[in-house]
Amino acid sequence: MCLGIPGRIVAITDEARQMAMADVSGVRREVSVACVVDGPLDALVGEWVLIHVGFAMSRINEDEAARTLDALRELGEAQEALDAMAEGAKSLEGMS
Amino acid sequence: MRYVEEFRDPKAARALIARIAEVADAIGATKDEPVRIMEICGGHTHAIFRYGLDKLVHEGIEFIHGPGCPVCVLPMARVDECVEIAERPGVIFTTFGDAMRVPGTKGSLMQAKARGADVRMVYSPLDALELARRNPDREVVFFGLGFETTTPSTALTLLQAAREQIPNFSIFCNHITVPPPLKALLDDPWMMLDGFVGPGHVSMVIGVHAYDFIAADYGKPIVVAGFEPLDLLQSVLMVLEQIRYGRAEVENQYARVVPEHGNPISLKAIDEVYEPRPSFEWRGLGEIDASGLRIRPAFAAWDAEEKFGIGYAAGPRHVAEPEGCACGQVMTGRIKPTACPRFGAGCSPETPLGALMVSSEGACAAYWQYGGARVAAE
Ligand code: SF4
Repeated sequence: MCLGIPGRIVAITDEARQMAMADVSGVRREVSVACVVDGPLDALVGEWVLIHVGFAMSRINEDEAARTLDALRELGEAQEALDAMAEGAKSLEGMS
Repeated sequence: MRYVEEFRDPKAARALIARIAEVADAIGATKDEPVRIMEICGGHTHAIFRYGLDKLVHEGIEFIHGPGCPVCVLPMARVDECVEIAERPGVIFTTFGDAMRVPGTKGSLMQAKARGADVRMVYSPLDALELARRNPDREVVFFGLGFETTTPSTALTLLQAAREQIPNFSIFCNHITVPPPLKALLDDPWMMLDGFVGPGHVSMVIGVHAYDFIAADYGKPIVVAGFEPLDLLQSVLMVLEQIRYGRAEVENQYARVVPEHGNPISLKAIDEVYEPRPSFEWRGLGEIDASGLRIRPAFAAWDAEEKFGIGYAAGPRHVAEPEGCACGQVMTGRIKPTACPRFGAGCSPETPLGALMVSSEGACAAYWQYGGARVAAE
């Protein structure tokens, strides 16, 4: 119950109760968006949210996600370069 | 699915593992003198085992599995109270599926159901409220369980029940909070932790400053982490980097979900509905001051403890844990699950003795599911 799952808000279903339809990997489920409203409800349609026990608990911040992924990718690429260097050094040793 | 696959990229994982090894060597971490990092959250424990991260990282890093599984730390007395409420005539007792098999002295909710109690699993407290709307002649009780992650959901559900004045709905509140047990662990003279991986989804509600005391007062690094393999590996690396340079700070690896100051709407709902109890009992850890929440008197009409005169409303009580169960020692990181005399000898996921075997987020069940059974058989 503590694990959240990302979903996308596809429609507002009940303004008064702040309920919306979310698409979670192709499955539709009505969720409360009470915790993530900060303006007109309609503005949430299309947003990615993290859903816990029927509540959208946090909007996924796309800029932050991109920033984390960029850092990870850079690390991956740097590592590849280092691996290549190590490989190179090994074959040089083998040659000598 | 967005933001899931990206955080499982093997290339980046290899790079992180290599970098972790480099820093672990630089700070002199070895198998015999490891750096001990506690992942607080049961969701992290589960992910570490599921992806075998403990095996993939440098041998000088030891994961200590913290008390962050709300099902695991639920004391027997509270399970007994659930069963008592569920067995009252006219009650529909609703719960998250995770709690169905937690053993109490009168068995689990699952066993109560088998005996005829009307116990139903629900996905959301909102589903329980809907059951109350549809069954006006029954008393629908929701078993409110969990840390700050799920607390807003029950608070908002209760507020909705109050707005609609639904009289036959109540919540049996067992919500607990993360910072007090961490303080208790850090004050324990046995505790030998070098740093923490902080709970991502709790933090999305309470923000990162709730952990400032860990860095400021205890000088330990803590990195709030997401739940994918890359999130966890990156967080371990961040903890190690702090240790390497003698820093102790609260850092946020999971910024895509965790805002610095948490979620103001959730915090407001929690504060409106709940107040801290003077103390609350944790399985394996005992009573911890101000670590549990109760429903404020203004909402007593929706408080199952008041409605049924049960639990702390009926006075404090304590039930001893089962013989030979080492849940408490496992939860404080003193021993590994496999060192418990009952592991695989009377305690397994099919017949759990302690709560750490019940939930997939419990350290014992995780050990069992991902290789521990093999260890026990050897
Ligand atoms: S093996 Fe069972 S009794 Fe022993 S610590 Fe784990 S859950 Fe508790």
